[in-house]
Amino acid sequence: MSEQKLALNEYLKTDSDYLRGTIKEGLDSSVTGSFSDGDQQLIKFHGFYQQDDRDLRNERKEQKLEPLYSFMLRARVPGGICSPQQWLGVDKIASTLTSSNSIRLTTRQTFQYHGIPKRNLKTIIQDLDREALDSIAACGDVNRNVMCNPNPVESKLHEQAYAVAKQLSDHLLPHTRAYAEIWLDEEKLLTTEDETVEPVYGKTYLPRKFKMAVAVPPDNDVDVYTNDLGFIAVAENGELVGFNLTAGGGMGSTHGEVETFPRLADDFGFIKTEDVMKFAEAVMTVQRDWGNRVNRKRSRLKYTIVDHGYEKFKAEVELRAGVKFEPKREVVIGDRGDRYGWVEGVDGKWHLTLFIESGRIKDLPGQTLQTGLREIAKIHKGDFRMTSNQNMIIAGVAAEDKATIEGLARKHGLLGQVLTQTRGHSIACVALPTCPLAMAEAERYFPEFIDHIDALQAKHGISEQAIVVRMTGCPNGCARPFAAEIGLVGKAPGRYNLYLGASFEGTRLNKMHRENIQEADILAELDALFGRYAVERDAGETFGNFTVRVGVVKAVIDAAKDFHG
Amino acid sequence: MLLKELSSLASPLSQGQVEKLKQLTSELSAVQLAWVSGYLAATANAGQLAPVAQVQTAQTVTILYGSQTGNGRGVAKALAEKAQSQGYAVNLASMGEYNVRQLKQESVLLLVVSTHGEGEAPDDAIELHKFLASKRAPKLDNLHYSVLALGDSSYEFFCQTGKDFDARLAALGAKSLLPLIECDVDYEAAAGQWHADVLEAVKPLIETSSASVVSIGTAKAIGESEFTKQNPYSAEVLVSQKITGRGSDRDVRHVEIDLGDSGLSYQAGDALGVWFSNNEVLVDEVLAGLSLAADELVTIGTESLPLKQALVDRKELTQLYPGLVKAWAELSGNAELLALSEDKEQVRHFILKHQFADLVTQYPLSNNSVTLNAAKLLELLRPLTPRLYSIASSQSEVETEVHLTVALVEDERHGAARFGGASHFLASAQEGTQVKVYVESNKHFRLPENPETPVIMVGPGTGVAPFRAFMQERVAQGIKGDIWLFFGNPHFEEDFLYQTEWQQYLKNGDLSRIDVAFSRDQAHKIYVQHRIKEQGQALWQWLQNGAHLYICGDAERMAKDVHQALIEVAVEVGGLNIEAAEAYFETLRSDKRYQKDVY
Repeated sequence: MSEQKLALNEYLKTDSDYLRGTIKEGLDSSVTGSFSDGDQQLIKFHGFYQQDDRDLRNERKEQKLEPLYSFMLRARVPGGICSPQQWLGVDKIASTLTSSNSIRLTTRQTFQYHGIPKRNLKTIIQDLDREALDSIAACGDVNRNVMCNPNPVESKLHEQAYAVAKQLSDHLLPHTRAYAEIWLDEEKLLTTEDETVEPVYGKTYLPRKFKMAVAVPPDNDVDVYTNDLGFIAVAENGELVGFNLTAGGGMGSTHGEVETFPRLADDFGFIKTEDVMKFAEAVMTVQRDWGNRVNRKRSRLKYTIVDHGYEKFKAEVELRAGVKFEPKREVVIGDRGDRYGWVEGVDGKWHLTLFIESGRIKDLPGQTLQTGLREIAKIHKGDFRMTSNQNMIIAGVAAEDKATIEGLARKHGLLGQVLTQTRGHSIACVALPTCPLAMAEAERYFPEFIDHIDALQAKHGISEQAIVVRMTGCPNGCARPFAAEIGLVGKAPGRYNLYLGASFEGTRLNKMHRENIQEADILAELDALFGRYAVERDAGETFGNFTVRVGVVKAVIDAAKDFHG
Repeated sequence: MLLKELSSLASPLSQGQVEKLKQLTSELSAVQLAWVSGYLAATANAGQLAPVAQVQTAQTVTILYGSQTGNGRGVAKALAEKAQSQGYAVNLASMGEYNVRQLKQESVLLLVVSTHGEGEAPDDAIELHKFLASKRAPKLDNLHYSVLALGDSSYEFFCQTGKDFDARLAALGAKSLLPLIECDVDYEAAAGQWHADVLEAVKPLIETSSASVVSIGTAKAIGESEFTKQNPYSAEVLVSQKITGRGSDRDVRHVEIDLGDSGLSYQAGDALGVWFSNNEVLVDEVLAGLSLAADELVTIGTESLPLKQALVDRKELTQLYPGLVKAWAELSGNAELLALSEDKEQVRHFILKHQFADLVTQYPLSNNSVTLNAAKLLELLRPLTPRLYSIASSQSEVETEVHLTVALVEDERHGAARFGGASHFLASAQEGTQVKVYVESNKHFRLPENPETPVIMVGPGTGVAPFRAFMQERVAQGIKGDIWLFFGNPHFEEDFLYQTEWQQYLKNGDLSRIDVAFSRDQAHKIYVQHRIKEQGQALWQWLQNGAHLYICGDAERMAKDVHQALIEVAVEVGGLNIEAAEAYFETLRSDKRYQKDVY
């Protein structure tokens, strides 16, 4: 085979000495708040991205100042669980070392900080380390934060599923000591052979990011089919016995490039709990070896499966795992939303789910969310659970402590807002001004957009129906917009593509209905569709299914063919 | 040997003469140089060269100046011209260029010297100032002298250096021609009077002869413009761009001014004198506070103009002086102000925090018989004086433009915004705003003549301005030698003045090193002096390699702290004791390797 020119990042990884690059030198350069181009790719593996305030770019150019660079650091919190003690540490970092003075819950059950100046990165990572938290592999071409249904109601099953998620996350961490050396000032050990340094990943890691989730039916809050690798828990008599394995999901695509498309994962069959690591490693190494390293836009696992074929891929995974898939078990997954308010678990403990709009934990007049969570953390005896819908669960509250916790939540505006069904099921990505990829607003504009949706639903008398609405500033899909019943993906400031037709449960993708339209057009379109839906829907029919049934959009069954077709 | 490498050790010339020769030749083109060399050779051969070195000092009026901002030099120069026109042989020189061994031969010595900060001598006067107080100072029984001291009466040690010179010369036996003249910031009238008085006093001592005029250094330098402080050029502002970020608590402007076809020229290191108009809002506030009519015709000198215009264009409103505080205390009868005006230290503090408008509003003239008419008001107020800004550009790069880095002085008092007069004028300027300017040369702040000489620049805050000019000059000349900048300000993100330009200079290899100190970006404050200490090893090595050291910016604290840090480096790294370290930097200073532009 002739030598093919690989994607630029492949050479960066090869030359990086296991993700070290010149990050240390970059930290020492006090004349700029940025890292070199190459290091900007490598720092992702350490959990953070370089960003700049895009609102200020032109202004600062005139001021003879470089762009206002800052960093977004994302922690690795498998399953989104952290202790009150950890939360207090997380909160203190936000208040003292970031310019945004806020914490943002992500769509992958972790938190991230925005507005970190370069000089504070090391302190933050060391402070996180003191709380037994890290940001290793929170971004980059590696296994990212592993999601797991955080619903503590079925406490035993959840506990078992969470243990698997945690194990997956820890087992598949990069082994390089670059993170410890650069951030924690640990000594550099002599470099040994590749196989010893990174037994699973090797020198060039994966071709692209790799996302995993563990779902506990009937909930599908983790949106399991949107992940590269998914594990849907199968229980017998309340005990975990294994998982239905799914693989090949992913949201990212590029506007105007039909060779790229979002895709939901395929079902591969049932595996036993004790075989989880074998299968996870097998899927990851097949992707490592077969994945496209020439074109990064075609390098996710979903394309590997499409390009090599489902059967061939499955056989290779079984070969590497040394175990065969069993036929998939019947499980029903349903709601992708969270259960807001108090819920009692089977163990008699209480759990309070708080709606956090766009996941932004910040103190504002009348809504002192950050202070509220801090005050709760000071007295809470259970734990905190971040959900994949960017919300927060105060979990494991004894009955006698309920009133105190609720009092604090109400006092600080964490509870008590009137929440429509649709708002409770909807998410948006960060987008402008910090995300370098964003083409349009998302988080900043989304609450206002949902106000319009709420008004339209009220107008047509369909407010009781939850509709999954998701908005992103670009087609990379952080808020999983292609799995939304109403998906809005930014094209340009104020302009979005409108996608319709995904299932409520997250088992079918949506499809573009209108391209590059503005708010007025979007609302007019939805006004008309809601009108029809109110009159023509079948009993219990969700909005996404309705739009497919009546032919507004065609159903996407095979994403490679149907999404653009 | 190249002229720029010439020193007094290697020639029959004195150091002062060498400097003058260098200065003159540096302004000549290759063709001019060739012509001059030929001309001088021919004259020497003919035996007709004016016997400069053998001038009978006893028959010469020697005029020396010690000047930081150029005012002293201007006064001395004007005196020299007047003396020459009356037929005296004159030797005009900067104190820094003067050979102290000549003192014994002098018969008439006229000194103009300013005072800075806490009673300090200007850089070029330091050596002579020290020498006169030292044991080496000779008896000067045959010397007649007069001293004109420049100062600012808002400072505690008003005219201190002038007082020192006066006292020391007297102590050495010299005879005073006139009592010490102490001039405040509006020195012009007093200086003119001194010119006349002192030349009158010299008359019986020295013969005049039109044949023996020696006009060293008074020739109009090539390229010198007709535009001066008193006859400024009316230029146009091109840009007044804020260069601190949105989140900064200070407003620093990059101002570009078009010198058009004025022919004004400057060198990297020079300053620009800026005449400004007072803000009309401020003037209206004063007029209203005093119940005076804007259009009342008043007289300034021989000119008649409306009161408002007089206040806008002619009078100092944004800087108080002690005399005005005292006068106002008496006018208002305010007990608090009266008490305060008796205490020099308190007055000094007070005038830093107040303007005339504050006197008017906070200490109103009460309802008693006191009224202040327009004429009396104008009498109270000093004439407007221009402000000097270190130039932030090089003409090799910007040609007929001149760039300034201006920090807007702003404060709030009792809800009213108060601004520095000139900085507010420049910060509010629009494209096309007229501004009267002149160039104030600063020979004591010049890049080394040898491009190979390493350069260390310490310029926190707007002190970075002349170093931008240095960089432009070096880049235009294609100089790639060692050059190192220390910069500091409160916040990295908001206050890194000209950040992108420094980055570019670094990238291109035009700037070798930069060390930055952002004082408020961490719990403990870090300033340039801390960086200097951190980098002591390298800095000392640079100095050993012959580096020139430049400091620009705040005189009150920064320059002192930096000097202290340098001393500590010399002690800790260089292994010198404190006295030797002081002497080391003293030597650097007299070798012109340690230059300051501080204010």
